[in-house]
Amino acid sequence: MSLRLQARKLACERDDRWLFRDLDLEIRGGEILRVEGPNGSGKTTLLKILSGQLMDYQGTLFWQDMPLRHARQDFLASLLYLGHAPGIKAALTPLENLAWYQALAGVDGAEAQRMSALEAAGLRGFEDLPAGQLSAGQQRRVALARLELTPRPLWVLDEPFTAIDREGVADLEVRLAAHVRNGGGVVLTTHQALEVSVPMRRVRLGEGDGHVVP
Amino acid sequence: MSCPEARSDVVGRGRKRERDTGIGIALYATMRRDLLLLLRRPSTALNPLAFFALVITLFPIGISPDPALLSAIAPGLLWVAALLAALLSLDGLFRNDVEDGTLEQLLLSSRPLPMLALAKVAVHWLSTGLPLALMAPVLGVMLSLPLGSYGVLALSLALGSATLSLIGAIGAALTAGLPRGGVLLSLLVLPLYVPVLIFGAGAVQAAIAGTGVAAHLALLGALLAVALVFAPWAIAASLRISLNG
Repeated sequence: MSLRLQARKLACERDDRWLFRDLDLEIRGGEILRVEGPNGSGKTTLLKILSGQLMDYQGTLFWQDMPLRHARQDFLASLLYLGHAPGIKAALTPLENLAWYQALAGVDGAEAQRMSALEAAGLRGFEDLPAGQLSAGQQRRVALARLELTPRPLWVLDEPFTAIDREGVADLEVRLAAHVRNGGGVVLTTHQALEVSVPMRRVRLGEGDGHVVP
Repeated sequence: MSCPEARSDVVGRGRKRERDTGIGIALYATMRRDLLLLLRRPSTALNPLAFFALVITLFPIGISPDPALLSAIAPGLLWVAALLAALLSLDGLFRNDVEDGTLEQLLLSSRPLPMLALAKVAVHWLSTGLPLALMAPVLGVMLSLPLGSYGVLALSLALGSATLSLIGAIGAALTAGLPRGGVLLSLLVLPLYVPVLIFGAGAVQAAIAGTGVAAHLALLGALLAVALVFAPWAIAASLRISLNG
């Protein structure tokens, strides 16, 4: 599972203001790339560009050494993106939510898989409640259960620790480290101190400029 | 890295097979999910039907109970009321998905977005267009619609409302990111609804007059066929614009 996502000369402008310019990035399997910066410095925008959602930028993205627009299908099949909104339907139960995600990935998965993914996310006993009745942290955990349910090499996580309690944070750190040790790649933003024992690089955004922190 | 072409070819073929089997599962699951959501929140589907029934009930009271007058205006009245009811239900088609982030995930799926959008539109038609078409003959009795035109009324509405759902979904997709897109949606979509209204109401009038119904129904079918071919791509493009704009 070797993966390589490269960004060359990335630049993005919002409301006559450069969020970043001439940003060169590389995401490889076996490491975490952490995007840092104050509020409004363009972290979410960068993550959306790197996950192929935003087209409004300058520069080029390469997936496995091919331009992203030619390798889009392959890229999307390797990507798992968790955004600001957890992507959970409030009227459906966690099990039903996960079943849709499984089917969207083209897998006619078994309920036992979904149950074990929810159990690993610490939601045992909440499988059949409408997600709208769960707390914000529990809803986030339902979204995080997808990391276990749908194995994808590249994870792009926008503030994955939001609303999660201390044990949940520790669990997620363990899961991130395990994913990276298996050769997966992670891009994430967080304001939390991240304690993982795997290679981590950092990108700092802010003041109209971004650079990779050595 | 010695022979990248060979590697990517193998990967490509594997992915293609996965795509072929996966698309059916993804479409079925999306339709099932949206139907389940409607069952949990039935008011979304019942509101347009209640609106339709109320409008048709009020007309004889407001105008005149004279059967001759009512039966003359019934085809147009039933069609206009059904069209507005369908328009009412469009606003929430994609908005809820934008708000809870599931649309973002739908766009990131490796399945073709036009097909997934079509699945959502199909559910919309099943929950509004089809019930409206089935309800219309019952309301037609209240407007003393002449016998012999009930079947044509239901059929023309079933065909026409599918086109309305497809065209309306383009507008709903374009306005999905706006906080109050309701008025804009109506302005965008109503001009495109006019041909459907003309041929739909025309079919019922032709059935009453005893002239050929087939031509009108064929034109409604043709409109539906064109919408089926082009609308899914337009909806997919609109969704991309409104989410990334």
